[in-house]
Amino acid sequence: MSISIGAQAPDFQLPDTDGGMWSASDSGAPATVVVFTCNHCPYALAWQDRLADAARDYADRGVRFLAINANDAERYPRDSFDAMKARVDREDWPMPYLHDATQEVAHAYGAKVTPDVFVLDSERRLRYRGAPDSDYDDPGQRAEWLREALDAVLGGSEPSRAETKPVGCSIKWKA
Amino acid sequence: MRELDVELLWWEGCPSTDRALAAVREALTDLGLDGVEVRMREIKDDGDAAATGFVGSPTILIDGVDLIPAAPEEQIGLSCRVYRRRDGRVSPIPDPDDLREALREAAERAEVKR
Repeated sequence: MSISIGAQAPDFQLPDTDGGMWSASDSGAPATVVVFTCNHCPYALAWQDRLADAARDYADRGVRFLAINANDAERYPRDSFDAMKARVDREDWPMPYLHDATQEVAHAYGAKVTPDVFVLDSERRLRYRGAPDSDYDDPGQRAEWLREALDAVLGGSEPSRAETKPVGCSIKWKA
Repeated sequence: MRELDVELLWWEGCPSTDRALAAVREALTDLGLDGVEVRMREIKDDGDAAATGFVGSPTILIDGVDLIPAAPEEQIGLSCRVYRRRDGRVSPIPDPDDLREALREAAERAEVKR
């Protein structure tokens, strides 16, 4: 299953590493960025700083970033909830890091890889889905595709590039 | 003198295989070893990973030895491997300079024919 551009994204309730609960709705944010990511994937790690920079840069415009780890932690212990907490303690995260232990949210969104970026507008409608930018290996790209999409949503227009191919490690589904 | 045995272990869950293969071929060409064949070996399941000590895709073996030794915390299993570039950046494939250097050293050890 996957969400179409323009369709309303599913709501969810997920815990973060600090004991809070987060939802995709009721935030009052003009845009919400949902990023499926994880601890052990080189693509997710390579793009992490760019995503974090975007979260900081758009914070004063009210944009909310939610990072979600849905990987099967039994087969991949580096993606356990404890490992997520340790990582957030160790690093400077400008966004909550949520745990999708049942993988229901990842399935509902049709997430495929890490990172997989979904930009939702104030009505939770999907406006962009895909990669942060065109090259994990080029920090100079600064998550440009994501920023273009956010600028469009914040400006009340449609992103010129609404969908790109997400690139990364496959989400580690439970057997 | 003999041929260098270069093998690239890959898993379909990682999109870095083509880029890794290109990087290995480029390094071989730079070293004048462009006649060396790069054998591709798919790791299909946990059994394959356990049998080969596979710590992630791509893994490049030279004469059966991991070109970039895995860190102790690396776990055997189906995943994408985390490499570090020389500037500290995380990458799904080895730094081209590391690749070239390791291949050069392996070739010298083996007195490989060019």
